[in-house]
Amino acid sequence: MNIIDRRLNPRGKNLPNRQRFIRRAKQQILESVREASSRESLREDGDSRVNIRGDALEEPQFRLSPRAGTRFHIAPGNKRYVAGDRIPREEEGRGGAGGAGESGGVESFEFALDRDEFVDLFLEDLELPHLMKKDFQTDDQEKLERAGYQRTGAAANLDLRLTMRLSLARRIALHRPKAKEIEALEAELARLEEAGDVRAAEVAAQLARVRARHDRIPFLDPLDLRYRRFAFVPKPATSAVMFCLMDVSGSMTAAMKDLAKQFYRLLYLFLKRRYRKVEIVFIRHTHVAREVDEETFFHSTESGGTIVSTALREMIRIMEERYPVRDWNIYAAQASDGDNMPVDNHQTVALLRDHILPLCQYYAYLEVRQEDDHLSGMSDLWRAYQRLAQDGYPIAMRRVSRRNQIYPVFRQLFSPKTETEVPA
Amino acid sequence: MSAAISDDFLIRPHQEWSFYDLHRVFERLRPIAEGEFGLDLYPVQLEVISAEQMLDAYSSIGLPLMYRHWSFGKRFAREEALYRQGYASLAYEIVINSNPCLVYVMEDNSLLMQSLVIAHAAFGHNHFFKNNALFRQWTDASAIIPYMEFAKNYIAKCEERYGEEAVERVLDAAHALMTHGVDRCPRKKISLSEEEKLERERQMEEQRMLETLWGIPSRKRPASARAERQRLFSLPEENILYFLEKKAPLLKPWQREVLRIVRNIAQYFYPQRQTRLMNEGCATYVHYTLMNRLYEQGMVDDGAMLEFLHAHSSVITQPDYDHPAFSGINVYALGFAMMRDLARIAVAPTEEDRVWFPDIAGSGDPWSVLREAWANHRDESFIRQYLSPEVIRRFRLFSIADDGENDYLVEAIHDEQGYETLRWRLADHFDLARNEPQIEIVDVDLDGDRCLELEHRVIDGRLLDERSAKLVLGHLADLWGYEVRLAEIDAESDRVLRRYDAAPRRNRI
Repeated sequence: MNIIDRRLNPRGKNLPNRQRFIRRAKQQILESVREASSRESLREDGDSRVNIRGDALEEPQFRLSPRAGTRFHIAPGNKRYVAGDRIPREEEGRGGAGGAGESGGVESFEFALDRDEFVDLFLEDLELPHLMKKDFQTDDQEKLERAGYQRTGAAANLDLRLTMRLSLARRIALHRPKAKEIEALEAELARLEEAGDVRAAEVAAQLARVRARHDRIPFLDPLDLRYRRFAFVPKPATSAVMFCLMDVSGSMTAAMKDLAKQFYRLLYLFLKRRYRKVEIVFIRHTHVAREVDEETFFHSTESGGTIVSTALREMIRIMEERYPVRDWNIYAAQASDGDNMPVDNHQTVALLRDHILPLCQYYAYLEVRQEDDHLSGMSDLWRAYQRLAQDGYPIAMRRVSRRNQIYPVFRQLFSPKTETEVPA
Repeated sequence: MSAAISDDFLIRPHQEWSFYDLHRVFERLRPIAEGEFGLDLYPVQLEVISAEQMLDAYSSIGLPLMYRHWSFGKRFAREEALYRQGYASLAYEIVINSNPCLVYVMEDNSLLMQSLVIAHAAFGHNHFFKNNALFRQWTDASAIIPYMEFAKNYIAKCEERYGEEAVERVLDAAHALMTHGVDRCPRKKISLSEEEKLERERQMEEQRMLETLWGIPSRKRPASARAERQRLFSLPEENILYFLEKKAPLLKPWQREVLRIVRNIAQYFYPQRQTRLMNEGCATYVHYTLMNRLYEQGMVDDGAMLEFLHAHSSVITQPDYDHPAFSGINVYALGFAMMRDLARIAVAPTEEDRVWFPDIAGSGDPWSVLREAWANHRDESFIRQYLSPEVIRRFRLFSIADDGENDYLVEAIHDEQGYETLRWRLADHFDLARNEPQIEIVDVDLDGDRCLELEHRVIDGRLLDERSAKLVLGHLADLWGYEVRLAEIDAESDRVLRRYDAAPRRNRI
């Protein structure tokens, strides 16, 4: 008997099948994933359960109808029946009809999607507007990178490995006699001369030929030389910072904050997929603004008026201090119920237009409403921002009042066509 | 308890296994199995695998090499979810009908479980695969692994060349017809490997024949066309995949080859589907007797023997029909009971047995009776011949008739009048021919629209499930390339009960 330990075989043998399966069931998985995401918060890690119906996954075969015609069932464990008894249909229940377990219905089943699969499906075909810096052509953002080889260059850049490889290839191709061959001939000649053999002359001539060829073909030829080539390439900023601005004055209820939180989560997931490093800055404001940690940001309330410009000032300060534009891609998402001190609107717009929007990749404004609020019109802040958007600044704005709107709104904001869209 | 404990080897309860232990167990069992039981075995290759690999083996219908298809991913996802949630435990082993016989065992089995698995699969199933007539006739144990290697690579190459989705559409369609891709009567016996060589030539030849056929102007053909067409196309044909592979006009050569691969796999598994009861019964009976021999020889201590009995009895549990765990007849339970009963009849028959089994009752050689039964039967004929009143009584079997409307009628129970009926019904229950629709291709309309005509012979009014039938016919039409009609015809009265039509979808295949 042979025993083979297969446990060390590469794992994930089933992965290609799984990918095919997910592609096949994509529509249903997407529905399920999105439904799940509107119900519960996006978990930061761990797998997600997905329950899908088997329509697209059906594997039909010809089979006999479980209902038509006369069938006979055999079952074990008879305790009370004798031949000729009648058993009422209801009483039999589920399994009674021995072995006819298969029903004609469409199966549905649950399985686990891992984190990456989940996020990929969830954020599928969304794109970040202005993914990379537009103005990266300045000097200090270029860096030298290896860019192949060249035939001339500084001695310091000589690539020895490649040069020697080419040299070896050339020597082999041109049949350059090896040192060993020459040595062998010399030894042969010495032996023949000592013995006074007449063939010595012949060998001497051959040795001369070989030596000549050896000298004619150089060990290293200028042809072989290769130098490493460097080129300046623009350095894309691979880190992103995401500013979360939120109004925490009394008019923002917990439910509204929760909506904002959903949106920030999505944005974070999304940025994380695109950038190597993503940092988040939480700035909350009433009539004063402060940078806080996540917990405080979402959970503690403060009383006071609402002055949006304070938050923007704080953001500008932090940007200048910690996030130089040439190294960071800057994203900002502001959530508010639309309240602002009327006198402040002008200043807010000016700050955005002159200081923030030119530096941002993207600025999203999310106006959260009470769930039952269908009547109130546009807020002053909304109108002020709308003008900016109409002027072509990279600001996107949406209004939401229910959890299940968050995902569609997010999708709208980041679907490839929507860049700086002006809402109707 | 046996007194003699041979060398230092003793299986203790829940003991970890080592490779050396597995060898020793195998070498201990072999002389018993080959000598005393007279089993005839392929060489064994034992492969130790992890849980993930076991799930994977499950989901690719138990073959170690399989082409890629989403349905295997689906099965894996479902099994994994069930496993993780604790609804299902994994099998202890999987055994492949190949030469050498491949036995996959789970890494986290205890030494005792590994011994049980070796006894069950490496001896029981192995003997059955090698000796049962169906397997001998239909499968080529030494060719299956190389063939699957070929199939996997071939389909991977097709995916590269024609795109995953194009291949997937052909595979989906072929899978839908897989149950109707087997020959029930032998065509001719050549090995899979030989067939591969012959295949190219034959395909080109047939293609040429087909092209000529399509080219003949229709008015020159004799009027009594049906018989002639049936002859030309060798109809009726029950192997739908075979027919399509050879005669569907629009398929490309690689698509025919894909159909052929699916068909060959279906054929390979056909004997297994017909012998589940016997195969498991044989393996369970063999492991039970082998493990008892080990115990008698003092290689298994009392605790480990209890571990064995626990595992064994949970395998052969048969819940009653009204028990919540009931899900049909447990083939392990019934198979084991029948094998045990046969051995008993051979050694210690009752008067009743002498009446029912005059040939074998008291023959005194249980193993030759069993080997004979294992070699020459499939489930259906095995039950028809060997289901004894004793087993019927033990299981308290009863048969009910279900016409789909009225109350169920209890037709027979475990009494003198019932034995024959129960035997008959149970045999039918295991007869694939009765539980799968009998569908044949009967005609091809060459004059008109090249419509393919099929018939389903309806037995006892059992029509096709409508929803799935429509889906399958859609796939069939895609492969055929033209319309397809199916008539369900009552086998007794020749009355047409229902008709289906399906047209090929554009650009599907």
